[in-house]
Formats: sequence, structure tokens, C-alpha cells
Amino acid sequence: MLLLLTLGIGTLTACGVWLLLRARSFDAILGLTLLSYAVNLFLFASGRPRVDAEPILDPGSVATLAQITDPLPQALVLTAIVIAFAMTALLLAIALRARAATGSDHVDGKEPR
Amino acid sequence: MTAGLLATHGPVLPVVLPLLAGAALVLLESARWPALRRWVPRVSLAATLLLLLLAVQLAARAAGGDVQPYLLGNWPAPYGIALALDRLGALMLLLTALVACAALVYALGGDAARGLHFHALFQFQLMGLNGAFLTADLFNLFVFFEVLLAASYGLLLHGRGAGQRERLRASVHYVIFNLAGSSLFLIALGLIYGVAGTLNMADLAVKMAALPAADSRLMQAAALLLLTVFAVKAALLPLYFWLPDTYAAASAPVGALFAIMTKVGVYAVLRVTTLIFGHEVATPFLPVLALATLALAAVGALAATHLRGLVAYLVVASAGTLLLAAGLGTEGTLAAGLFYLVNSTLVAALWFLLADRIAAARGGSDLLQSRPLAGGWAPLGAVFFIAAVAVAGVPPLAGFMGKALLLQAAGPTPFGPWVVAGVLAASLAVMVALARAGSILFWEPSRGPAPTASSGTAAHPLAISGLLVAVLCAAAAAGPLATYTGAAARQLQQRDGYIAAVLGARPAAPAWDLRQEMRERQGAK
Repeated sequence: MLLLLTLGIGTLTACGVWLLLRARSFDAILGLTLLSYAVNLFLFASGRPRVDAEPILDPGSVATLAQITDPLPQALVLTAIVIAFAMTALLLAIALRARAATGSDHVDGKEPR
Repeated sequence: MTAGLLATHGPVLPVVLPLLAGAALVLLESARWPALRRWVPRVSLAATLLLLLLAVQLAARAAGGDVQPYLLGNWPAPYGIALALDRLGALMLLLTALVACAALVYALGGDAARGLHFHALFQFQLMGLNGAFLTADLFNLFVFFEVLLAASYGLLLHGRGAGQRERLRASVHYVIFNLAGSSLFLIALGLIYGVAGTLNMADLAVKMAALPAADSRLMQAAALLLLTVFAVKAALLPLYFWLPDTYAAASAPVGALFAIMTKVGVYAVLRVTTLIFGHEVATPFLPVLALATLALAAVGALAATHLRGLVAYLVVASAGTLLLAAGLGTEGTLAAGLFYLVNSTLVAALWFLLADRIAAARGGSDLLQSRPLAGGWAPLGAVFFIAAVAVAGVPPLAGFMGKALLLQAAGPTPFGPWVVAGVLAASLAVMVALARAGSILFWEPSRGPAPTASSGTAAHPLAISGLLVAVLCAAAAAGPLATYTGAAARQLQQRDGYIAAVLGARPAAPAWDLRQEMRERQGAK
């Protein structure tokens, strides 16, 4: 599972960075979205994810990280998802306005010569 | 009662006050009755003045030397989120409130009415700034960064008519750049949490000492990633190219408020290097890059074709000087840097407002070419001269003292000669750039019909003279200010006080215990 997670993070980051560097506002937004997915998975991985561990405290078991998964990264990821989502929406609105005002979807507002 | 409130809830008030004011302003501004809408500027101004009062009170408390912790949610420190108020934080709060008051008064002269929700965004921006200066938790720092950035995106776009296209173009760059920065911030936080298992700054400072050798490389990578993100905010060399465009495109009061935004980056660098990682983690990158930033900012100031572009490069130059002080990291350079920070922030805000007035007197153009000037050169020229003296670092104003202190303190460090040469050369270049701009603007106005003097309100001169008085006060009260910044630098260096205060904070006894009550109810059944 860890291999899958790592490969996923790597692929998403690579695609995100490549799209971000294309300097078109729509591509940049997609790139930032992919990058934020990669970051969310990375944050999730920072809690040393394990298969088959309890997510919630059970009154019968001992509450150590050997028994349960770490809940903090999940809270961090939730916060990061909310923020990234709101920021993407904001960027989308700004990019649309810029496209309407400048007539170009290049991030510089004009086509490169 | 006020003293009691400050003692128990002091550190959280600068966050709560703008939050409530901003929320109220959103509602008021979209109210159906014009009678209610008229209250918007008054509420905004009252909230900002109250914030200034609060900041003065908190600075007076922090000056004593105690770090005041605050447990949000009443959980003990490494588990819950903590705020902490120390001398550095209190100084930044006071500076933010001062600049905010001037920017808001200036905006009431007309800029605030040129678009929707200026006042609400302004308050949310203040909330983000204050939170970033107070938090003792790295993830919380990220959240407050996002709050202040989200508000700054809105403020940057604020204003109709002239320059709207430029603003949109600049804000696409600004937003994309900062969102990429936020991704790096989260990656750094993930690394730090994965290695140390905590994001509380004080707890992290303790855990850093006991880190196994295998993990210390990983932690160093995380630290450098974090510093990269802060360098984006603070405008360090390869990452400052967004700043001149963005700051030149923003409307004047927003530019003035943004003068404190680069200082958030500097603050964050100072906080994490002194408290957690030690400044060695950033040597030699930080001093070298800061010197290069300073050199390029001086060249940029010389090459600027617009007054606003020139002012934006002055901000970059001051950020370079500050990061130099942070990167050298001795107690003396930190104290000098903090002293310089006070003056440079106030004077940068003054410059943004002044540039707007000069452009208005020249019929809306800030192009550095001779043009007819309305109303004569006397009042604007005099302010220009004082502001130029303050920013270039010429005696007798505080910019000079800050730079002199920095040169004195940097002498014994290995970068000493470079610092002296770099800072002095940059000061000379800035002085030449300003002398050139001033003589074009005021001494050779071309003949022709003078533009009609803009219908300036009393708010504009009030805001500018307020900032001018603050700059002059920083010079007049240089002794006490230097004592305070020296004490703040000492407090940063002796980090045990901060760690003990945050980790030693005990949750307050709840006035009303839910669990107790539930137990009693179950017993009654």
C-alpha cells in the first residue's frame, strides 16, 4: 500500500508541476489542484498510515499509536482540503475575470510572441 | 475589568476583534437600509482604533518580559492549539495596528467606496496578520497565512476603473504563486510532523534536541522548505519577482497595508530560526541571498520608470536588509533588524500613500517624466524629502540608526565586510534613485495647463501626516525603542522562557463542566 501511495504522490506532483509551468491559467489551475491532491496524500502519509488499525478509540483497547491510526494528520488533511478548495474557486473566478478583461488565457494577459 | 480580561484572554483578542468586526461589516454592507450601510466606515474605523488601543496595552504587558500563553479550546499545550504573546509578537501587533489605522483613514478618503466589501476584507486581513504574529503552532500559522492571503487577494483586486486590467493580471500571478507556496508549506509541515510528531513550536523546539541523527537531515530539508515559503512572502531574491508588479498595481491604502505583509515573512523566518531550527540551518544561503536581494532591489529602484515601481523596490530593499539581519542571527543583528523593521514598515506605508497623492496632483500619472504639477511642490515635496531621508538611511531619522546598528552588530560576523559594503552601496543607490525621482517630480514640472487639483478630502493629509509623525517619533524615541528591540532580541535568543511558558500553561478550570453535569443527570435518573 505504501508503494501505491508513494507512486500516487509522485505522479500527481509531477503532473501538477508540469501543468503549472505551462503558463495558461486553466492549466495552472488544474496543476494547482493536482498539486493539492498530492499534498493532501503526503500529509496523510505523514501519520505513518497502516492497514487494519482502528481509526477511533475503543474503550476496550489500549490507546497508543501501536493500536490505532494517528488521527491528527486526518484533521490536518481536512483543513487543507477545505482551504485548497476555497482557494481554487477563488482563483477560478479571478482567472475568468482576467480572461474577460485581457482576452487571453495566458497568465501574463497576452500571448507570447 | 479590562486588566482582568487582558490577563486571561489578552492574546486572543487581536484575532477575535477583527473577526467579529469583519463579520458584522459583511452584514452591514449588504443591509437593505441605507441608514445601516452608512455605519460601515464608522464601525470599521472604530474596530481598527480599538485594535490599536489593544495593541498598545498588549505591548505594555509584553514589555515586562513575560511570555503570555493562551490555550485555545482549553487543552494543554502540545495537544491543543496555543497562542503566545512575547515582545516580538507585541511589537508586530502594534506596528500592524498603526499601519492599518493610517491605511484605513486614507481609504475613507474615497478608495474604500470604489468597490464592494473593502472594510470587511480589511478586517479579515488584520485578523490573519494578528493571528500569524500570535500563534505558537506551525499548522495554525499556515491557516492564518491562508486567511491573510485570501483577504489580500480580494483587497488587491479592489478598485474600479483605472488600472483594473493591470490589477487582474498582477493578481493572477500573485494568487498562483502563493498557492504554489502554500503547497510547499504543507509538504514541509507533513515532513515535520512525520519526523517529530508535533507541530507545536515550543514542543518542536524541545524535540529537535533529541532527534536521532538519521532524521536530522529530513528535518533540515523540512526547515529549508519552510524557509523557502517564508522567503516567498518576504520577497527574497529568486522569489521576489511577483512583488513589484503586485504592489505597484494595488490601490494606495492596500499597498500601505501590504507594507506589513512582507514583514510577516520576515517575522516567520525570525520565529522558526530562533525558536526551532537555529539560524545555522539557513547559513550561508540566507545572508548571501539577502545581500543579492538588496543589490538587485537597488538596481530596480534605479531603473524604475514609475514612482510606484520605485516604491515597490524600496519594499524589496528593506526586506533584503531585514532578512540579512535574520540570517546573521546574532543577538545584536536581531536587535538592529527589529529596530530597522519598525522604521521601514512605517516609511513604506507612508511611501505608498504619498505616491498616490503625487500621482493625483499630476493628473493621475506616476510616470517619472516631467509633467505639470497641480498645487505647487511645497507640501508634497517636503513630505517626499522627509520620507526619502527616512527610507534611504540618512541621519537624523531612524532609518539611519537602524542601518548603523546593523553594520555595528554585523562587523564581527564572518559576513561583516560584505554586509557593510552591500548595505552602504544599496543605500547610496536608493538615495540616487530618490533624488532623481524627486527632481523630476518637483523641480522640473513641464509648463502647460496644470491638472485640476484633485478633490482630496481631509482624510488623505490626515493619514499621511499621521504616518509622518509616527516616523519622526521612531527617530525621537530611538533610545526606548532600541532598548525594547534589544530586549525582544534577547528574548528570542533565550528561548527557554517561551518554551516554558507555552508548555507550562495549564488549562483554566471550566466555569461550567459539561461532563460533570451529564454525570449528575445520569445519577438523578
